[in-house]
Amino acid sequence: MSEHEHPTSQQSIRAEAIESLLIDKGLLTEDAVDEVIVQYNERVGPMNGAKVVARAWKDPAFKTRLLADGTSAIAEFEFSGGEVDKLVVVENTSDVHNVVVCTLCSCYPWAVLGLPPKWYKDPAYRSRIVREPRRVLEEFGVQIAAGKELCVWDSSAEIRYLVLPEPPSDIDSASEEELAARVSRDAMIGVALI
Amino acid sequence: MISELSGIEQPPMANGELVFEAPWQGRVFGMARALSEAGLYSWDEFREYLIEAIAGWEREGEGDYAYYDHFLAALESLLADKGVLSPGPLEIRCSEFRHRPHGHDH
Repeated sequence: MSEHEHPTSQQSIRAEAIESLLIDKGLLTEDAVDEVIVQYNERVGPMNGAKVVARAWKDPAFKTRLLADGTSAIAEFEFSGGEVDKLVVVENTSDVHNVVVCTLCSCYPWAVLGLPPKWYKDPAYRSRIVREPRRVLEEFGVQIAAGKELCVWDSSAEIRYLVLPEPPSDIDSASEEELAARVSRDAMIGVALI
Repeated sequence: MISELSGIEQPPMANGELVFEAPWQGRVFGMARALSEAGLYSWDEFREYLIEAIAGWEREGEGDYAYYDHFLAALESLLADKGVLSPGPLEIRCSEFRHRPHGHDH
């Protein structure tokens, strides 16, 4: 394909122009930008959250600490950086299902879940999950029984939420690592079940 | 900064979803974070600009929602307000890049 069929977008040119001007001014290096992208793409991600969830399932004392103070409890894992000034972990039970949104923009617990998926930033999700959560969850393939309470948590710069999903039936026989591998990002946002 | 994490084999491409739809989106995200980490502004400051950029689009209600367009606009406004990026030089640099010899493609 020729480049005429793939015109460089206006945004792409703008982004490149900004980067080059900032590099000229000595405010930025190309390596610093690369480093951030690598960090968020490869080193941080939902697997951090999955480890937290799996430990909470296996270790009741950890779970108690996690629900009491998420920020301190995840410090035990030495995940650092990202955006976790205050992490609140909300537990799904037979009576309650929790789901997380950021109605204003896209606040998200980066240190435990990596970067948010595209739909999380979408205006449709951001408004509809508040107005009609059961219906939106059905579109994600999750049926919440009519009698079950549904809590929608609105994230902010100050507070990020992580859903602790209901454990599978074999938590006693499965290892923490095996369990972590089964915890999906979407389950920790509350739009999927385990 | 994020410390090295052990035992992580897979990048966060869960459910087959790519984090960035185009390379420039990754660059814009990387710039915004790197400048914040370097102390040019706090991440909360950036967030305020991002909220404003998205709110502006919601008020006008025109065009498809494109998250990273807002992210780019927020970064531009913040850098302009910080006095490190003026519209004039930016337009000149954009124009230079637009008129680069054919075949130059980053």
